[in-house]
Amino acid sequence: MTTQLLNTLFVQTQGAYLRLDHETLRIEAPDEDGEKELKLRIPLHHLGGVVVFGNVLLSPYLLGQCARDGREVVWCSRSGRFQGRLAGPVSGNVLLRRAQHLALSDPAITLELARQFVLGKVRGARTVLKRALREDTGDAATLEAAVGAHDEAIYRLRGADSVETVRGEEGQAAAVYFAVFHHLIGPIDFRFDGRNRRPPRDPVNAALSFVYTLVRGDCAAALESVGLDPQVGYLHVLRPGRPALALDLMEEFRAWWADRLVLTLINRKQLGLQHFEARPGGAVYLSETGRKEVLTAYQKRKQETVRHRLFKEAVPVGLLPFVQARLLARHLRGDLDAYPPFRAR
Amino acid sequence: MNDFSAHRIQSSGSPGGWRDAEVVPISALQHYAYCPRQCALIHVEQVWDENIYTLRGRRAHGRVDTPKGMTRDGLRTEHALPLFSDALGLAGRADAVEFEADGTPFPVEHKVGSRKKGGLARRADEVQLCAQALCLEEMFERDVPAGALYYRKSRRRHEVAFSSALRVETQEVIRKTRGLLRVRRLPPPVADARCPRCSLIETCMPYVVERLGDGEPNDETP
Ligand code: SF4
Repeated sequence: MTTQLLNTLFVQTQGAYLRLDHETLRIEAPDEDGEKELKLRIPLHHLGGVVVFGNVLLSPYLLGQCARDGREVVWCSRSGRFQGRLAGPVSGNVLLRRAQHLALSDPAITLELARQFVLGKVRGARTVLKRALREDTGDAATLEAAVGAHDEAIYRLRGADSVETVRGEEGQAAAVYFAVFHHLIGPIDFRFDGRNRRPPRDPVNAALSFVYTLVRGDCAAALESVGLDPQVGYLHVLRPGRPALALDLMEEFRAWWADRLVLTLINRKQLGLQHFEARPGGAVYLSETGRKEVLTAYQKRKQETVRHRLFKEAVPVGLLPFVQARLLARHLRGDLDAYPPFRAR
Repeated sequence: MNDFSAHRIQSSGSPGGWRDAEVVPISALQHYAYCPRQCALIHVEQVWDENIYTLRGRRAHGRVDTPKGMTRDGLRTEHALPLFSDALGLAGRADAVEFEADGTPFPVEHKVGSRKKGGLARRADEVQLCAQALCLEEMFERDVPAGALYYRKSRRRHEVAFSSALRVETQEVIRKTRGLLRVRRLPPPVADARCPRCSLIETCMPYVVERLGDGEPNDETP
């Protein structure tokens, strides 16, 4: 799959070969008979960057040209983990990194970003609850009350005047959401009694923790690929070793991407209790086969496309973090007045 | 089919009411007990300590690296067992936990070096082991009177009784480590006999810091 969004070319076709033909980038990939086939031709000057996943080759001449032009080339593993970036004579955008740090010492910008991340999260959670209502799982009155609480949280978030207030609203909304979460789980052998972690103490929490780790990794990769430091965040407090900005960015994906995936797997019985391991003393993890089950579903989900309100073309779910990271970078550089979190429908 | 019903389920939020940042990694205790600066270098400044982490990381993936003689034959043994204490705000993993016939857990921690002759290094290992015992007591709701340190180089098991003195000291180290991780500042170097045996000495530069602190900062003439 090859997708072009916001001047960036994403190449996920395994075995693809990218090379330069005069000023034109050509993407070739083997067809079914192993014959070389031209997949795409783009004038190089249309591209701001190239992100490749897994086994994708770039010709030395193309790399040289990109390095000279300061055009970004990013390598990710097939599953989307950031691996490296081409560093030309001027490495990365120092102005972007400076803007990222300056924004952190500007209380107004920090507040606005924190607000948008939490709005993204709360709206996503609301979407998941509304969907459960439509599908008539769980107690309708309880779910309606929870949706109402989310509406109120969204209203209050718009008027919140400090990051602390924003964090407080986030905590309250999360408490409401996880208090009704068990209504969204069909099979009676899966119980859910609130979110817990370090370590997770039941199968639902184990699955949630695992998928959150995957989404967080994708967000960190996306941020690195646009030249942002995944550790410098706004909603999440800086702490050594903590990818605060990746955690910020994943808020808008948590409910409708991660939680929905877990719910779907459990409700469709693709995940059963046999996919989990209880360690003595209380910790619960996905088993090897459980992890495989989840990873397969996760990769599949990344290839499905969704509509993004800012773009005409549908966007693969797996590229949403990249799109949002770039929008965030544009905002920090003053190109966009506000950061628009992704809205699921 | 697995049975997940036996486990205590927390009502909501983070178990024990600890905020994320306040949960202390059990491994940090040993570092703190040896030298607070070492603890801050690893857990705050994120200095990579090959000796401590490569081995630990490899072992976290299973029982690949359990040396012969580390655990006793015939006892049910759990490797890389996740540990936690909601009461004390601790999280980590035990290299191995043996279960005596009556179900009493007995933690065994693997150390790379040789058996240390007393001193702070040994005490630091004991504090870490004792913290594991405190977790096990909470997780299994039973007393854990003893455990063992296994020293890889000398292939010796050194049994540790969790005396009340050791328990008090361990709680103290937990409290202080949490404080250090909260303020996130590098304590001054100890610059004593601990340093030559410390794997972080090159990053730490204990004597440089000491010398510069002695009054002639930024004086580049020797
Ligand atoms: S070199 Fe000395 S002061 Fe520095 S971390 Fe090691 S023991 Fe502590």
